[in-house]
Amino acid sequence: MELEAEVNVELCQSGPGLQMSLIRGTDLFGYIGIEAVLDQMRSKTMKAGFEFNIMVVGQSGLGKSTLVNTLFKSKVSRKSCTPNYEEKISKTVKLQTVSHVIEENGVKMKLTVIDTPGFGDQINNDNCWEPIVKYVNEQYEKYLREELHINRKRVIPDSRVHCCIYFLPATGHRLRPIDVEFMKRLGKIVSIVPVIAKADTLTIEERQEFKERIRQDLVDNGIHVYPQKEYDEDPEERILNNSIRESIPFAVVGTDKEHQVNGNKVLGRKTNWGIIEVENVAHCEFANLRDLLIRSHLQDLKDVTHNIHYETYRVRRLNETKIIKSSSVNFK
Amino acid sequence: MASTEIARQAGEGARAVPLAGHVGFDSMPDQLVNKSVNHGFCFNILCVGETGLGKSTLMDTLFNTKFEGEPTQHNQPGVTLKSNTYELQESNVRLKLTVVNTVGFGDQINKEDSYKSIVEFIDAQFEAYLQEELKIKRTLHSYHDTRIHACLYFIAPTGHSLKSLDLVTMKKLDSKVNIIPIIAKSDAISKSELAKFKIKITSELVSNGVQIYQFPTDDESVAEINSTMNSHLPFAVVGSTEEVKIGNKMVKARQYPWGTVQVENENHCDFVKLREMLIRVNMEDLREQTHTRHYELYRRCKLEEMGFKDTDPDSKPFSLQETYEAKRNEFMGELQKKEEEMRQMFVQRVKEKEAELKEAEKELHEKFDRLKKLHQDEKKKLEEKKKSLDDELNMFKQKKTAAELLQNQAQQAGGSTTLKRDKERKNFF
Repeated sequence: MELEAEVNVELCQSGPGLQMSLIRGTDLFGYIGIEAVLDQMRSKTMKAGFEFNIMVVGQSGLGKSTLVNTLFKSKVSRKSCTPNYEEKISKTVKLQTVSHVIEENGVKMKLTVIDTPGFGDQINNDNCWEPIVKYVNEQYEKYLREELHINRKRVIPDSRVHCCIYFLPATGHRLRPIDVEFMKRLGKIVSIVPVIAKADTLTIEERQEFKERIRQDLVDNGIHVYPQKEYDEDPEERILNNSIRESIPFAVVGTDKEHQVNGNKVLGRKTNWGIIEVENVAHCEFANLRDLLIRSHLQDLKDVTHNIHYETYRVRRLNETKIIKSSSVNFK
Repeated sequence: MASTEIARQAGEGARAVPLAGHVGFDSMPDQLVNKSVNHGFCFNILCVGETGLGKSTLMDTLFNTKFEGEPTQHNQPGVTLKSNTYELQESNVRLKLTVVNTVGFGDQINKEDSYKSIVEFIDAQFEAYLQEELKIKRTLHSYHDTRIHACLYFIAPTGHSLKSLDLVTMKKLDSKVNIIPIIAKSDAISKSELAKFKIKITSELVSNGVQIYQFPTDDESVAEINSTMNSHLPFAVVGSTEEVKIGNKMVKARQYPWGTVQVENENHCDFVKLREMLIRVNMEDLREQTHTRHYELYRRCKLEEMGFKDTDPDSKPFSLQETYEAKRNEFMGELQKKEEEMRQMFVQRVKEKEAELKEAEKELHEKFDRLKKLHQDEKKKLEEKKKSLDDELNMFKQKKTAAELLQNQAQQAGGSTTLKRDKERKNFF
């Protein structure tokens, strides 16, 4: 009973010498319907829904909760200036997670916002990033453990942090040491998207210069923010991501109040000298941030977290618990 | 893969929140789909059936191309599996299609082991994926998935019932792969016979507990069509790559003197239904079932077989690794013990043998000594005898000389008188 299959399995592995016939669409004399798999996939994922976990990090009063509410156009985050919010400056950074289910056009998403009150608020902010690092690693650990179970769930619940928005105060100068330290440490384990908060205090020129200096600081300190250059898969993506990289960090303004401008209702902040329209690209870059995060790169953020950050964690974790340092666990 | 992003909504303290405007995450499915398109899809079909049932032709017809290969002979000694990979592209969707054919199935005289090579092949694909998944440095998202997503089981168009080979094989395969039974070369059966045949087949499958793939009916958009199709199983198909002019169109058909069987005519055969179900409606579901049901089952069995168990949550993590370590050490320890045992046994045997040989040697020495002694004794005796004889001889010689002396004296003393005595003496001598 010979088994030719082993020989042929290798043929199936992608690589040179592979018995593959490339049959293009023009050769197919008739429509098969392979495209329909896209629709199948779409309907399956729509039925199942998505999960997205976003973490906001920054000092108090930078408008984190407001921004998240503006991004997702709903009250997903409790703001610290609401009347019944207990104002207590905690001694350590305590992370708070809140989950909501939002639905749009049949697509359900479970959005989890992880807030970090107390970050950077103390006089001595030594190691204030540690609880955050611990939290991120804990989520990876949970996922890894579930994945290694014998009887594992059909769908492993994903609580890993897909995106971390880091709020930079609009000082106009450069990155502060706490910013550098935090981004250095977390840039390795999670995708960081830095934003300039409350950017309505900067003029356009000041904003440009500030951004230049920040980008320079990031390069000088070896910090990689999302979208990372190394993970660009094809030239198209690289062009797209390059244009994004030219404009990070985004200068944003958040609000949940609407005002009338030229007969339209727009989200904006009303001041004595004018109304700052949040979704107007000429005023602030909120729309760019929203498009990046939600409309174009949402799936990519999740993929980078799953394929790169999680795998890095897994390799590190598996290497440190065992004596065998081979690259494959041989069960034979 | 899509399955990693699926979440169970509601519950776990998440409440629904209304949106005040258009956020834009309804583009998520599109983003996901675009990524998958860039990546390409994999689909692996296994065709099981006796030689000559038209498996290769059906594949050609299904995917509208001419795959390579010539018809196989009937004299194969055993069942082998041959797989071929093709890259098809339709508009912007790239599909890596692998078709695995069973060569020599049902040709042997003794068919008891026919299913074994098929089961081994399917398990080998699962094993390869499991190995990749358990690696430390792994590349799962660019891994070429070779697991079988669908198994088309070709039933010979006898018109009576399933052969026992078919039943046995399907029973062995139903927990490992999605089986879709089809009646091959169904232009050999008339319509009424076909209906009876189908009923017989389904009832036989049910009574033998064979679980064939049921098209999913939980998704409203496809539930209706899937449930009607479920009632048409097994599909009666005809395959053909030749085109015949019917009316003013060229259609795929088989031409007979008594008429033409059109492949894509639903009244003639169920080919269109098969194509709809396999490709256009359920390809993704087949892949998902393979991954979440069959692969997980294989993984669970394999890991349990190795002796791993899920320990309770608050024990140390990576019980997999540690159990493996412990097992390995145990195994090595046992191995060493066994080696020691064997060595000792060997040494003992050697000692025994040595003792035996020494004994034998000693005996031989003794024997030799004895013989030597015997020999010496005899020699002595002989020498003594010789000596005594010599003595006698000497004595005789002395006597003789003494006698001669006396004779001489006597002769000198008296001549003739002694003559008489001499004569007497001479007569005496």
